[in-house]
Order: sequence, then structure tokens, then C-alpha cells
Amino acid sequence: MTFRMSAQVNDIVEHLFRQESGKLVSSLARAFGLSRLDAVEDVVQDALLAALNNWSFRGIPENPTAWLHRVAKNKAVDLIRKRNRESRETAEMLPGMRAALLSLGIEQNFLSWEIEDSQLRMMFACCHPGIPLESQIALTLKTLCGFSVREIASAFLTKEPAIEKRLGRARKYFRDHHVELEAPTGDILHRRMSAVLSCLYLLFNEGYKRTDSDGLVQYDLCLEALRLALIVTEHPQISSSEAFALVALMTLIAARFETRTNEHGDIVLLPEQDRSRWNAELIERGLNYLARSEPDMYSSSYHLEAAIQSLHTTARSFEETDWPAILGLYKRLYAIKPSPIVAMHMSVSMGEVHGAEASIAFLSGLPLSEYYLYHALLGDAYLKAGRQSEAALSFKRALELTMNSREKALLTERLACVAGAVPGT
Amino acid sequence: MNEFVFLYRGGMSDGKQPSPKDMEAQMQRWQTWMGKLSEEGKLKDFGAPLQREGKHVAAGGVVTDGPFSEGKEIIGGYSIVKAKDLAEAAQIAKGCPVFDTGGSVEVRPVAPM
Repeated sequence: MTFRMSAQVNDIVEHLFRQESGKLVSSLARAFGLSRLDAVEDVVQDALLAALNNWSFRGIPENPTAWLHRVAKNKAVDLIRKRNRESRETAEMLPGMRAALLSLGIEQNFLSWEIEDSQLRMMFACCHPGIPLESQIALTLKTLCGFSVREIASAFLTKEPAIEKRLGRARKYFRDHHVELEAPTGDILHRRMSAVLSCLYLLFNEGYKRTDSDGLVQYDLCLEALRLALIVTEHPQISSSEAFALVALMTLIAARFETRTNEHGDIVLLPEQDRSRWNAELIERGLNYLARSEPDMYSSSYHLEAAIQSLHTTARSFEETDWPAILGLYKRLYAIKPSPIVAMHMSVSMGEVHGAEASIAFLSGLPLSEYYLYHALLGDAYLKAGRQSEAALSFKRALELTMNSREKALLTERLACVAGAVPGT
Repeated sequence: MNEFVFLYRGGMSDGKQPSPKDMEAQMQRWQTWMGKLSEEGKLKDFGAPLQREGKHVAAGGVVTDGPFSEGKEIIGGYSIVKAKDLAEAAQIAKGCPVFDTGGSVEVRPVAPM
């Protein structure tokens, strides 16, 4: 155990407690049972606090995971002993639970595989079809990503009691239906896998679409979604071409993270982003995952979205982007996912291929009048078509619909472009 | 160079429950602080954290359970620091991350031989 140079320390500690929290909760829930998730979370909190106190003085041990599993196991055994004195019910369950706990963290070589496996089982449990989607996402963040209720509430721009309610519903479902950390097989595996992937996809999107002043927590959502998706792809029996496509999609988007805002935190849109600062390593890894996802099959929306992202990230400039190919991919995406949001995003490539008027005509039919981005894109299309007064109206409508200060700043700037071009307005 | 015992009171983990992310930030501050003192040759001993529970043994064999005082008064750990004099030791203590979580540092010179 040593104290490392501070720059290294930051790399090691960043995400350490959150990731270890996810591993511990998954391992212990497997031993204790999902119905005792509350007790599991208490034990994990205690173990993490012990680590914080200890490591602050003695440095981070070579194998933090093993250290924490040993401490958590001891605390869990203590808790069982204590409850054993208090109730007969636990006394009857004691032998089995203790045996499961004692097996934790004993065989080092076995440990990491076991933990990965427990985390996968926890993902399947969190994405149980009986639990509403918003509860699934909250529970995934709480159990697997070590987010506190306060942090989840802040990420979803909502209040803590709302998140408590979502978590409570999920925990009640586990208790009422005796859900355990199972490993589904066959057809059930296939259905549950797609529930897990769609939860991770939404988690990533939640992080991606937020660009508030507090941007850091939001990218954490993206990175956590990516980390969990990677656990799925690394499991040979579980992984699917969809999982590889999803990882490809997330990685290619993550490659552009740093150029989405400037040094003041203002939003920078795709045409103005400095492409030389896109992360070449992540792009390469993303393309690699896409290649491993059987991309010719285009069997899922993740494949199509990843393919679209691959065309964006490999284009030398906005103008040199292969817009006809992107438009073609969007049409195929819309065929399997016919949502107005997909259509809205398709309008950009449509404008580049067929001109701004085509884009306007297409957008005008979409039922998205309450969505700020819809009016922002419509404003851009009007601007390109030279229809200044309609552009101004659209940007003003978009301004009314967003509360986000960064988005407001960007729209105000767009509006100024219009106003500057039209004397007297 | 003289030696000083730093007694860290409170602030380690008492009171409200920090989230894992809060713990990462706190851990980073302690590692950075200890690392810097160590590099500058000012640490005689990293010291150790102390467990919260304890016993108080009085004359006549009277043993009572700790903790003995309010959470913020409990000594959560100690280190031994090298400094020119008490003033410099106190100056060093000002950089301690224990303040970020509501704790304090008691600086005590080790009596020379």
C-alpha cells in the first residue's frame, strides 16, 4: 500500500467507490436475497465508510475489490448474528445465508468472474418486466452505479421523494413477487436482454441530452451506461450482436463529448465542433465494436444508430459528411422505430440532401409542437431557406419551451443571427 | 526538526451519510494531502484511523462504554508530522481535508527527551 502521485490518485479514485458499491451490492444481494436489498445497502455503506477511513491513512490496497468484499462479508455476518438474536425467522435462514456469504471473496481467481456474473444478474433483476421503466433506471443507478437518491434526483431534474417512490415500487415488487438474482436462459433471456439494453440506452440518452451547468454528473450517466453495457458484451453466453451495436453507438458518441461544449460550458453544435479534438482512440474502438456486431444484418435500432454515428465521426467535415447514406440509414431506422423524434433527427440529413424546403415540409407534419428542439431545428431550416421572419418565430417558440440556460443562450444567439439579417426587427 | 501529533477530530464519517461519489472526492483530498506531506518529507508516520467504539477505564476497575463525547469531538485518527516549530505545524494543519467535512485538527508537540 502506497500513496501515489496526486494525478494518478485522481485516476484511480475517480469512480472507484461508485463501481465498488455496484459490485458489493450485487454480490451481497445474491447471498442475502433481493428482498433484503435495504439491509444489503446498509452493509455496503458501512463497508465503503470503513474503506474511506482506512485508505485515507494507509493508501488504496492493491486489490480494493477483495478488501471491500472481506470487510462487507464480516459486517454482513455480524448483522445476521445480531438479527438472529432478535428474530426466529432469520435464525431459520441463517445456515444458507452464512454459507453463501462465507464463499464471498475467498477464492481470488474466482472472485472477479463471480462479481461480473452478480452484476449481470442484478441488471436482469433491475430490468424486470414487472417494474416500470423509470423505476428500472432509478434502481439500476442506485444498486449498480452507487448513485445516491439525491444524485439520481439531480440527474433527472426531479425531487428526492419522487426517486424514493420509484425505488420503493421496485423493492416492493421484488418482495411481493419473490424475485431473485436469476440468470435467465432461452427465450426469456432474449426478452430480458432487450429490456436491459433498452434501459442502458435510455440511461445513456438521459446523460447525453443534459448539458446544464452541472455537466459532470450527466456524463457520469453515460459512462455508467457504457460500463454496464461492456459487462454484457464481455459475457460470452449472454452477449448479442445488439449489445455490441449498443456499445459501438455509445463509444462513438462518447468520442465527441469534449467538443460538445466550449471552455465556458456553452453548447457547440456539430457543424462547429473541432473535429481534431474528437477522441481518435474511442472512434477506433467504436468502429471495432460496430464491426463485431454483424453490422450487415442491421437487426436492431442500435445497429442503425451506431452506423449513423460512424458516418458522422469519420467524416472530415460537416460538409463532406455522407448525407445520402445517413438519410438512407434514418429511413431504415424509422421503419423499425417510427417515432416523431427519429423523424425530427432525420430532417437534418433530409435538408442536406434535398434542401431546406424539403426539411421544412417534412418537419411541419410532426406532432412535436411542445418540444424545444423541434422548433430550434425548424428555425435552422427556415434560416437556411431564407425565410427570416418564420425562423425568428421558431427560435422564439423554442426559447419559451426550454428552461436550460445553455440552450437558452444558444437560441438567443441564433435569434440574433436572424434579427441581424432583417433590418428593423 | 520537531515532531507533532495531529489528532483529527470528527469529520471522517460522522453525521450525514456521504454518497460513494462524495467518498471519492473525500478520498482524493486525503490522498493528495498525505501524498504531498510525504513527498515534502514532513510525515514521520501516516498514523492510523481509529475505530468509533471504545472503552473508558477508570480507577478502581470501573469500565464504561465509549464514545465519550459528541460525534464532532471524537478522535477519528492521528498522524505524526515533522515541523520546525508549533507555528509551522499549525500552518501545515490548515491544509488538512478534515475541515471540508466539519472536523478539526488538534496539534500537539511531542515532548523532547
